[in-house]
Amino acid sequence: MALPVRRVHDHDADRMRGLLKIAFKLLVNDRGKFFALLIGITFAVFLMVMMTSVFAGILRKSSSTVTNTGAKMWVMDRSVNNVLSSIPMPDYVLDGVRSIPGVKYAVPLYSGAGLVRLANGEYQPATIVGLDDTSLLGRPNMIAGNVEDVYADDSVIAVVDSEYPKLHAPQVGTTFEINDRRAVVVGLAEVPESGLFGLPTLYTTYNRATEYVPSGRYTISYVLVEPDSPAAIPSIEAAVYALGYVARTDEQFRELIADYYKFHTGLGTNILLMTAISFLVGLSISGQTFYAFVLENLERFGALKAIGAKGRELVYMILFMVGVTSLAGYGLGIGLCTLMITLAKWRIAEYASVVTYGNLALAFGMVLVIAAVSSYIGIRRVLRIEPFDIFRS
Amino acid sequence: MTEPAIHATALTKWFGEGETRTVAVHDVTFDAMFGELLFLVGPSGSGKTTLLSMISGVLRPNSGAVVVEGRDVWGLSDDELADFRLHTVGFVFQDYHLFPRLSTAENVAIPMILQHVPWHDALERAKGELEIVGLAARAELSPGKLSGGEQQRVAIARAMVSRPDILIFDEPTASLDGDTGKRIMGFVKTEILNAKRCILTVTHDERIFEYADRIMRMEDGKIVGTEPGAGHA
Repeated sequence: MALPVRRVHDHDADRMRGLLKIAFKLLVNDRGKFFALLIGITFAVFLMVMMTSVFAGILRKSSSTVTNTGAKMWVMDRSVNNVLSSIPMPDYVLDGVRSIPGVKYAVPLYSGAGLVRLANGEYQPATIVGLDDTSLLGRPNMIAGNVEDVYADDSVIAVVDSEYPKLHAPQVGTTFEINDRRAVVVGLAEVPESGLFGLPTLYTTYNRATEYVPSGRYTISYVLVEPDSPAAIPSIEAAVYALGYVARTDEQFRELIADYYKFHTGLGTNILLMTAISFLVGLSISGQTFYAFVLENLERFGALKAIGAKGRELVYMILFMVGVTSLAGYGLGIGLCTLMITLAKWRIAEYASVVTYGNLALAFGMVLVIAAVSSYIGIRRVLRIEPFDIFRS
Repeated sequence: MTEPAIHATALTKWFGEGETRTVAVHDVTFDAMFGELLFLVGPSGSGKTTLLSMISGVLRPNSGAVVVEGRDVWGLSDDELADFRLHTVGFVFQDYHLFPRLSTAENVAIPMILQHVPWHDALERAKGELEIVGLAARAELSPGKLSGGEQQRVAIARAMVSRPDILIFDEPTASLDGDTGKRIMGFVKTEILNAKRCILTVTHDERIFEYADRIMRMEDGKIVGTEPGAGHA
């Protein structure tokens, strides 16, 4: 009996396409369960990415001074574990660093907090950054005024960021007091990243900064170093270490700050817990819904088996169903997260949240685990059903 | 009708072990011929469905053999067995087991799709099959929107679509009223059965016995009698 319907197509894609199309229709035509699955994965991804993005944003902002200054190497006390907790160093450290072979130049940086008294009598804490008087290394990008005007008496440059209004949005010429000393805004500037703790920033010269902010015997917060070449970095690090201090590249300093917030503030643990809870919520919703879906269709899978579907073909169908749902949920979750962050940043310009490739990869890995567990549960049930059960039903 | 389509020899099947062992089919031997509509009848628990399952490559017997078109069914590997069910046997289940999330035509096309026929070719063939069972106009509807008799005809179209030589009907009229059941069996007898096909039907429904070519009676897992049916030519 030569029947055309018994023709078997050799091409693998053709072999599976029809089966996967059935799987797809079984999945999406059961709208209630399909949407429940999608919502489960979407929200799990949304929460996981949101949590980790907020953390990434916090970490990025915590290193804002490092980013904004742009120095390649930073010399600091060995006890420093984040940029805000600088420990003042004596002047000889600056001289010592300058004398190290491979150092192109080295300048001091002051970073501290001052209390600003505004025109209406209100007080507002602010970060005071003192740049090297000679080079102004680490200067911000000016958007009004001239950077050299900072050399004039009592001059400061205000950074225009989300905290800027806290100083009542000063313009060039605005005066106020910093720790009871007169200050005049001679320029407005912008920086790549604003700080984490909601303080407005004022730039001035190193010497004036040390006058504005009461300090002890030592005043140098950091020494900024420009090496001759990247090859000189290890020897500079060794020489600084011999001085009793530590030299870090900007990247190493960022990692140190990130480690501080991750492991010494409780922030990392909380974010990790929230991410784990999001994962568990997604896993339970998706796993349970998919299990219910498989149970509801168990007899149909059994009928397919009785008709002649092979076990592995049913496995492909289930993997395809879970794969489609997981990828769609992942995409929707990322989209929703991006939308939320965009909306938040639209309202709060310096909202601390950033979606990194690492966050995306982590969420994708979690989704794969959710998909694997859901598939495993479904596949176990489907492979267990015997075609004979269909006759008995 | 000289060569048997199905040759079953000393088929035995039991469930459970020890004191709980229940013998469902005991030492059953029979032939079914091409062109024959063979009814397996008997009370509930007499082993009809178990016997049908062993013949169709669904349930492995504890002993005995089934030879279909010259092939020893239970000597086949699992994959070969699945192919045997797919290419040689067509099933009409008691509860139809149609997929409510697929259209009627897609339901009918399933065996073709399992045979890796391209989607559109399979659907075209399924629509042709629906035309044969008088449901061409229902091709795009979901099975849930069809009556019981229509669903039964869809199940028949699905069983037939790949032109199997053996058709297995499990209680085909159990969910149908008398008139519809008779109409369906009349249709099967005149339109589906042919000289190159053998149809095995398990039923309780005496109202349709008139369509059988032969009736085998089972009790307690054994064949207790065979008689020619009213449909015997």
